[in-house]
Amino acid sequence: MSLKLIIEIARSLLLARWRQTLVAAIGVTFSITMFIALLSFMGGLNKLLDGLVVNRTPHIRLYSDVEAAKHQPIELSPEFSGYHHFISSVKPVSKSPAIHNALPVMKALENDPQVLGVSPRVSTQVFYNIGATQLNGLVSGIDVLLENRLFSFSDYVTEGRFVDLKNTPNSILLGKGVAVKMLAHIGDVIHITTVTGEQFPLKVAGIYQTGLQQVDDEQSYVSVATAQKIIGASNNYITDIEVKLKDITRAPALAATYRQRFDVDAIDIQTANSEFETGNFIRTLISYSVGVTLLIVAGFGIYNILNMMIYEKLDTIAILKAVGFSGRDVNGIFNAIALSIGLFGGVFGLLLGYGLSAVIAHIPFNTTALPTIKTYPIDFNPRFYLIGGVFSMVTTYLAGYFPSRKASRVDPVIIIRGK
Amino acid sequence: MNDTLLQATAISKYFHDPQTIQILKEVSFSLERGEFASIIGKSGCGKSTLLYILSTMDTDYEGGLKIDGREMKGRSEQELANVRNEKIGFVFQFHYLLNEFSVLRNVMLPGLKLGKISAQEVEHRAMEKLKILGIADEALKNPNQLSGGQKQRVAIARALINNPVIIMGDEPTGNLDKKNTEIVFDIFKELAESYHQTLLVVTHDNAFAERTHRIITMEDGMILPPGRPK
Repeated sequence: MSLKLIIEIARSLLLARWRQTLVAAIGVTFSITMFIALLSFMGGLNKLLDGLVVNRTPHIRLYSDVEAAKHQPIELSPEFSGYHHFISSVKPVSKSPAIHNALPVMKALENDPQVLGVSPRVSTQVFYNIGATQLNGLVSGIDVLLENRLFSFSDYVTEGRFVDLKNTPNSILLGKGVAVKMLAHIGDVIHITTVTGEQFPLKVAGIYQTGLQQVDDEQSYVSVATAQKIIGASNNYITDIEVKLKDITRAPALAATYRQRFDVDAIDIQTANSEFETGNFIRTLISYSVGVTLLIVAGFGIYNILNMMIYEKLDTIAILKAVGFSGRDVNGIFNAIALSIGLFGGVFGLLLGYGLSAVIAHIPFNTTALPTIKTYPIDFNPRFYLIGGVFSMVTTYLAGYFPSRKASRVDPVIIIRGK
Repeated sequence: MNDTLLQATAISKYFHDPQTIQILKEVSFSLERGEFASIIGKSGCGKSTLLYILSTMDTDYEGGLKIDGREMKGRSEQELANVRNEKIGFVFQFHYLLNEFSVLRNVMLPGLKLGKISAQEVEHRAMEKLKILGIADEALKNPNQLSGGQKQRVAIARALINNPVIIMGDEPTGNLDKKNTEIVFDIFKELAESYHQTLLVVTHDNAFAERTHRIITMEDGMILPPGRPK
């Protein structure tokens, strides 16, 4: 069976009805274009939201939680080991929020080959003083350079320079919401009240905005040393250790290991932000189902057109069979027709899809919540193009399957004698 | 010549719609190599039905059929298609040319399908056949630009392309005027006499049939005993 001959016949049949062919191919092109544009846009959006939270969140956070002792003294007594213990009014022991032995722990983490980086944090509750009013707030002492390297913090600094936090002593980086409420600008000196009731003056080094209102309204940053000074603690007082891993998927397992090894509380990003995973999953699911639906609709278009073509070409099919083309050859001819519609429609669809994505990627998108985003987010992921291409071929093959089979079963005697 | 090319043994065929009718009743006959035979009979006597069975296109029958010494009954659709391609040439009442292809391409198609010789050789051979039939000048035209007689000649050229062992015709002149009928007959006659081509033609044109070498007369699904000498 000569493939070349079959393709040539398929081509001639296609060109003889080029308008119908074009309509069918445009159907495929349109659906692939939309498929690519939709998935790229959704992918871009997912990445943006990931960036908003996941990039800024440590993969594992070690901290010291306030909790009741897991084992009460009576449980340790061998005398009562076979008994059921009723203990009422259990309270947590008074315990420092700082991590015990924080500096050696950090040292150990830095030497762990699975860890990309470790950054300390000293967090404390404060009040921002605005005249007579006091605002609830949270101040975090951070290692300025480390924090920037691991969590690209400078992306969110809208006014002032991030390094000034390190260079200027007793300086603070205010959240946008806090700054607006306090009417504070760069260079101003603001006052905060610590939990112990002491007043503390700080110079505004800059203003940041994450896009998460709740954070921007409360959180401010100072250097680790400044934070320790505010609390009045020594330089080994560290409340959180933030760990960024080389492989984010290892976070839950490693968090458990660290919990054991360092006797601290550890939470991994997957547990802390499970709703983001779910959101991403649902968005991806929706875009894939819309894309696939579009392709199926295009597939029905091809099915219709091929069916019509077969009715028009009954004579041709009959004569091909009479001169020695078998049912399989005829089947091959119509499959080649369907697949070439899929191929050309698909290729143009991928190109147009890329074009449309590129256009969307240049449309301005300004939102106060996302200061670093200037245009709509697009993910130019080659995987989408691969899936789109494969899918266009599969749908057109399926759409051509039944018409081709019908054509292969045409009985030439009935057609020729029917005249 | 005493060389049987086509052997039909007790071929019976039934039509089941609207009710079961036996259209062919144990038809047996054979055709020698080089014979120019015609099948005549009234409409509905089963002559075309017989031809389509002999052509291997209709496989729903009882009895046996041998072409070129090989049994056709029970072969797969694919094998039968190859037999048609290689051994049988067809000429129908309607030309059945494909308008999507040029005249030359139409003639070449069965040759390309057979694939025994290169495309250039098929083209060369197709031009030769067209020349023999006197329509070489029309080779690059589209079939719908030709007259009825010319189209039928193209169809004959297509039937000849693979040098088949037998040419079958179903009323090949049924749709042609007297002059073109004459031309087609002369072509058949020349094929039979100069090239020793075996031909089997179904016709209801008695004048046509009488000039062939052998007349097979059918009535009510049976072949009448030959009442007329060759």
